[in-house]
Amino acid sequence: MKTAATTNEAALIQRVLAGETELFYQLIRPYERLVYVTIFAILKNEAEAEDGAQETMISAFRNLKSFRGEAKFSTWLVTIAMNEARKRLRKTKTVAEDSLDDGMEDVEGDFTPAVLTDWREIPLEALERKELKEKLQEAVRILPEKYREVFVLRDIEELNQEETAAALGINVTLVKVRLHRARMMLQKLLVPYLKTQAPRRGGLLRRWFQ
Amino acid sequence: MKMECKHVWEHISGYLDKELDAELLAAVERHLESCEVCSAILDSTRNILVLTADDRTYELPVGYSERLHERLAAMIGETEDQS
Repeated sequence: MKTAATTNEAALIQRVLAGETELFYQLIRPYERLVYVTIFAILKNEAEAEDGAQETMISAFRNLKSFRGEAKFSTWLVTIAMNEARKRLRKTKTVAEDSLDDGMEDVEGDFTPAVLTDWREIPLEALERKELKEKLQEAVRILPEKYREVFVLRDIEELNQEETAAALGINVTLVKVRLHRARMMLQKLLVPYLKTQAPRRGGLLRRWFQ
Repeated sequence: MKMECKHVWEHISGYLDKELDAELLAAVERHLESCEVCSAILDSTRNILVLTADDRTYELPVGYSERLHERLAAMIGETEDQS
C-alpha cells in the first residue's frame, strides 16, 4: 500500500518532469538533511559534504526521469549520495589504502566487543559532551568503508534493512552482518571515552531509550 | 539453554534491533540478568546508538539549504536556457 507521502511525491515528480521545475525544491526538502549527513558521515569534511550534497541534488534533478518509483525516492537519493561520497573518498585515498579494502567480506578479524570491568552507565550530560560526539564521528570515519556505509544508513539515517540493502546493492543478510560488526568495532573504539566517574543514576538512560 | 558470553555478543546487534526469536531472546535475557560483563557491553553499545541517533551529533552547516537552492536554481536556469 502506498502512503499519502509516496503518492504526493510521485505526483510532484511527474509535475517537475512536466516542466514545473520550481517544485523540485519541495520534493527534496525533506531529504536535504539525509543527503548531507550521509556524505558527511563518510567524508567527515563539511565543505566536501556540502559540495557533494549539492552535486547529489543536481544529479537527482538531471536523472529524475530515470527514477522508476520501484524504490522509495529517499532510497534513490541515498544511492546517489553514497556514490558521490565514494567517488570523493577514492580521490582522497591513496592506492595502498584502496587495495586493503577490496570488497571481499572478511571472515577473519576481531569483531568482539571490548569487555568492561568498571562500567558505569553514561549519564545524559556525558552524551551532550561535544567531545564525545567528535569521538563518535571520528570513530565512524575510520571504520572500513563497507561497515561504515551500512552503519551510516542504518543507525545514523535510520533506513530500514531493506532500504539499506537496496541503496547499497547488497542483500539483507549482509546488511545485518556488517551492521553488527560495525557496532562492535565502534563499541571497542569508544569505550575509553564512555567511561565515567559519575555515580550510577539508576538506569535512567535505559528507561528513557526503551 | 545456557549461553556463554561469547555467544551472547554475537546477538547484541540483533537484540538491540529486536530481531531475536523468542527462544534465543529468552536465553540472552537470562544470561544478561546474571552477567555484568555482557550487560555492560549491551549498555555501551546501546548508548552509542542513542548518541548516534541524536540529531545534534550531525549538525547542518549554517546556510546549507540556502546555498543548495541557489546552486540548483543556477543549474536549472542553465538547463532551461539550453532547451
